[in-house]
Amino acid sequence: MSIIATKLCAHRSSIFCCLLLAACCSLLSGCAGVQSAVDPAGPQAGSISGLWWLMLYTLSAVFVIVICFVLVAAFRRRRPLSGESADGPDTRPEAEQERRMSRTVIAGVALTILILFVLLVSSYLTGRKIYSAGYSAQGALMIEVTGHQWWWDVRYNDPSPSRMVTTANEIHIPVGRAVVFRLTSADVIHSFWIPNLHGKMDLIPGHYTNIWIKADRAGTYRGQCAEFCGYQHAHMAFTVVVEPEEQYRAWYESQLRSAPQPSTPQQARGQEVFLSSPCIMCHRVQGTDAGGRAGPDLTHIGTRPTLGAGTVENTRGNLAGWVIDPQKIKPGIRMPPNNLEPQDLQALLDYLQSLK
Amino acid sequence: MKGLRRITTALIFVALGLSLFACDREARKFRVEPSASKRSPAQPMSDLQPGPKLPPNEGKDARSQYSKDEYEENAYALAEGKRLFNLYNCSGCHSQGGGGMGPPLMDDKWLYGGSPEQIYTTILAGRPNGMPSFRGKLPDFQVWQLAAYVRSLSGQVPKDAAPSRADHLQGKKPENRKEPEQMKQQ
Amino acid sequence: MSGAAAPLRNDEALVDAIVDEREALEKTWNDPPGFLGWLMSTNHKRVGKRFITTAFVFFILGGILAVLMRVQLARPENNFLGPDLYNQIFTMHGTTMMFLFAVPMMEAMAVYLVPLMVGTRSIAFPRLNAFGYWVYLFGGTMIYVAFILNVGPDAGWFSYVPLSGPDYSPGKRVDFWAQLITFTEVSALVVSTELITTIFKLRAPGMSLNRIPLYVWSILVTSFMIFFAMPTVALASVSLMMDRLVGTHFFNPAEGGDPILWQHLFWFFGHPEVYIIFIPATGFVSTIIPTFVRRPAFGYTALVLSLISTGFIGFGLWVHHMFAVGLPRMGESFFTAATMMIVIPSGIQIFCWIATIWGGRPIFKTPFIFVLGFFFTFVLGGMTGVMQASIPVDLQVHDTYFVVAHFHYVLIGGSVFPLFGALYYWMPKFTGRMLSERLGKINFWLMFIGFNLTFFPMHQLGLKGMTRRVYTYPAEMGWADMNLAATAGGVLLTLGVLVFIINFFRSVRSGELAGDNPWNAGTLEWATSSPPPVYNFLRLPTVAGRDTLWTQPDDQPEVVGLRSDVRQVLVTKMLDAEPDHIEEFPTPTIWPLLAALATTLLFIASIFTPWAVVWGSIPVAVALIGWFWPRKRQADERPPEDIKEKVGEEKAIRLMEETP
Repeated sequence: MSIIATKLCAHRSSIFCCLLLAACCSLLSGCAGVQSAVDPAGPQAGSISGLWWLMLYTLSAVFVIVICFVLVAAFRRRRPLSGESADGPDTRPEAEQERRMSRTVIAGVALTILILFVLLVSSYLTGRKIYSAGYSAQGALMIEVTGHQWWWDVRYNDPSPSRMVTTANEIHIPVGRAVVFRLTSADVIHSFWIPNLHGKMDLIPGHYTNIWIKADRAGTYRGQCAEFCGYQHAHMAFTVVVEPEEQYRAWYESQLRSAPQPSTPQQARGQEVFLSSPCIMCHRVQGTDAGGRAGPDLTHIGTRPTLGAGTVENTRGNLAGWVIDPQKIKPGIRMPPNNLEPQDLQALLDYLQSLK
Repeated sequence: MKGLRRITTALIFVALGLSLFACDREARKFRVEPSASKRSPAQPMSDLQPGPKLPPNEGKDARSQYSKDEYEENAYALAEGKRLFNLYNCSGCHSQGGGGMGPPLMDDKWLYGGSPEQIYTTILAGRPNGMPSFRGKLPDFQVWQLAAYVRSLSGQVPKDAAPSRADHLQGKKPENRKEPEQMKQQ
Repeated sequence: MSGAAAPLRNDEALVDAIVDEREALEKTWNDPPGFLGWLMSTNHKRVGKRFITTAFVFFILGGILAVLMRVQLARPENNFLGPDLYNQIFTMHGTTMMFLFAVPMMEAMAVYLVPLMVGTRSIAFPRLNAFGYWVYLFGGTMIYVAFILNVGPDAGWFSYVPLSGPDYSPGKRVDFWAQLITFTEVSALVVSTELITTIFKLRAPGMSLNRIPLYVWSILVTSFMIFFAMPTVALASVSLMMDRLVGTHFFNPAEGGDPILWQHLFWFFGHPEVYIIFIPATGFVSTIIPTFVRRPAFGYTALVLSLISTGFIGFGLWVHHMFAVGLPRMGESFFTAATMMIVIPSGIQIFCWIATIWGGRPIFKTPFIFVLGFFFTFVLGGMTGVMQASIPVDLQVHDTYFVVAHFHYVLIGGSVFPLFGALYYWMPKFTGRMLSERLGKINFWLMFIGFNLTFFPMHQLGLKGMTRRVYTYPAEMGWADMNLAATAGGVLLTLGVLVFIINFFRSVRSGELAGDNPWNAGTLEWATSSPPPVYNFLRLPTVAGRDTLWTQPDDQPEVVGLRSDVRQVLVTKMLDAEPDHIEEFPTPTIWPLLAALATTLLFIASIFTPWAVVWGSIPVAVALIGWFWPRKRQADERPPEDIKEKVGEEKAIRLMEETP
């Protein structure tokens, strides 16, 4: 083997080894993150990532073995580059060696089939585990998510309509409780994906698809649209907050409330600007005349972590930029620019930030 | 070899030349000039009446910006107009242009004129018997997009820019199949 | 073999006869002179070279688009390209690489090589072949002109409805895309028809099915796959155009249509498509390896059966592109099994190739090095392919950069590396001059390192959540460094391709002369001069075994009895290639070009009005009438036995010519 290794290095093929090493190292390290498929925060993502590691190790081994065979085969009896034309082809290979090679190839194929079968069965088993309903209809939280070009409309279903919560681009779920997402789209096909919790499910106009998840680790995760959906496919993300049951309930109750009434003159002026400007055509603020459903619900915009479906952080400066010229931040988006007087803008910002 | 270089150069020049004629009909203009996003100041109105007649100067700036190729001959602007038509619930009264509570928009009759400027005024000021005023609620460019789309309903815009069928129940021929109606002012 | 060597023990009359025959054949098979003659050409080598050049130009254009995308993605929140332009560019990149480079390139190589490898004078239906080329050229030009005019398609090369439908893609952008599909569809179908006919009916006497070169087998399987896969995408794209132009409702859920229908139709084509690109590449590998390890391919039968089974199983996988659509899980599981199953024939091929290398003594010439690069990249891509066959894993990596990495590993690794190997291998045949080995090796290492640097990090990007088709990404996601590495790799990859282009022009100008058979290879295309004469072979060869040139006895007979003053071609029987009858082939004509122009007119006009289909069919009809206008043809009704009889007689001439 060492002879081969020397030969390899001698022929600059050490690059193969380096790449292999780099490959293994980079895959095994640093995949943690708020949008990572191999940093599971729930049983489904956990099962999938278990299957993934099984496959990665098995197939890496297969890969290394195959490449070793290739290299050994190529380097063990190579001819010098010069004078090759004098060498006639070897049209009558040695029968004994041919038989040996046949046996090896057949063994290789058998092994391939065996490995594939193992992977197939483990894939089925994982599939069953993540899809078979592990929840009761009463205990599970039902959330309806509608994809829009380029934001997410989120509605928490409840038997009594007055207790339904509508929000956008932000999903809060309790730790350890099954959550069933009912997905559809208002325009084109999108795909719902929270890598830390589960795989993808498409949102298709005219269809309802379902996916259920469970999170067993509190934290804030990021989800993103995974199906190309137009100009701002890149900026169609959402935040998933997994929190303990009490915190979740507190959040839910806060979301049930209507928007607070303006408490300062500046906020009152802001509300007036809001209600007398194009904002009102698309957005809804519960408790006011604004009832548009074409854009995200802004009843609690002050508490949202991001603006523009995960595009920028929700700060006053970003909010100002967003209101005045959203096309600069997210070109192609459906929100028109707003040409506001500076004092009107400040008032509007005060009002929007007070919506908690 | 020389021939090849010549061909390559020629092709590059042809490509550059062509790009000068880049199709305005297909441009996606996401950012508009600040003045086009201006909205006319809202005026207090009672619940019952349509908006008052436009002051003589209102919309003049905006009108001077209106250019045919930017709205009526631009596929994206027309498609946006169509989207806004449904979004702002124009369909609620005009029913996809076929008319219901409001008059039909796909025939040859124009109660208040069928030029883009007249439609602009109609949208902003409102009209008697039900057409509300959208003054202050819409940026100018959206009004122009709506006006252009309204004109496409009666076949007044080029067919290769007009929208085609929508992804919902159909009540009419798609706009790009509509034969142009002769305008009649009533 | 070469006519240039003067025979010593000569028979003046016989040598004169040969010279005369060469001249006569030259005169008969040559294209008419001048520019018009150039346009009229139906010679498969000329058309093949055009095809290859055009496909390579599209490869470069697609590559430039890829570089632009990599520049945009090098940094987070980059403003180099806006979303509108980026969407057009990635759509054009995918469309170019799949429809204008990969499939046409594979067919182009076959158009040039297959008639030579099966030992005949011409491809079957040479006029159709010219037509196929022109339609492809006009279609490709149309989409690029549209792109430059800012009417470039922007809904992805897969054009999922409703995004590509009338409501969400205003204007004519997607219509141009859909019509491009029609163009390439027509071109691919006619070329695959010719190839199937050539392979089944024009093989040299004695080349029974079990002696067909492996490359020709791969082309046969590919052509049949094109036959069954392409019509579905044409159906889909025509439905899309009708939805957009005349307001039909194939994909409108509100009126009983269904967007999922599009995905089924598209992927029923789309998955076989990758095998249509990959299988010819396996043919390259199966041809290059035996030549450079100097022994016949190990497991010929197994290799052929693997190709055929890949061809069949390739049609049963399409749903693995749709695991996230929410189809019934039970049904999806079958596609997991089928996807894993297709690994088996690919594995058999890999093992047989390794065995071939193992049993031979390789010479590390550039084509062989490209094949070694192919093993590394393709096997890696195959492994990630197995992972994605599993529904749970696929749900995580689907539509992320992991998939981008995977399919570039199998498409660039599995097809472009063998293709470059094949270009280095056959270029001496195409041009008569060798490419530089030194530049070849630089080319390989630049491409190999550049490729891995570009695409390997994408596996990890995908796992870390970076989705596909995004024009930018937030800085805080931590994807920037790997994206920068990928961009750097893209630069190396580009340099590699540039070295190839330099190598090509250097070789054409001042490359070493190749001679008939520079690699001492075993297939029939090396039995004629480099570049081959217009008539391919002075006398059509006969075949006594696989790897003909290696195994044939010195007194292998050649075919005589074909007239040299008309374009006669020997047609043989499908299974055992016994001479069947003589067929006279058509002469060059301008009608295929005119027919292609008329077709182009019809296709482009029908983007704008449905009436183009009615009025546009008139010029097409006129062109076709001109094309098929009956001409005087002298029937050659000699029975096949007559030709066969003369096979033996020819021995004398050949021996005379060769004896030093």
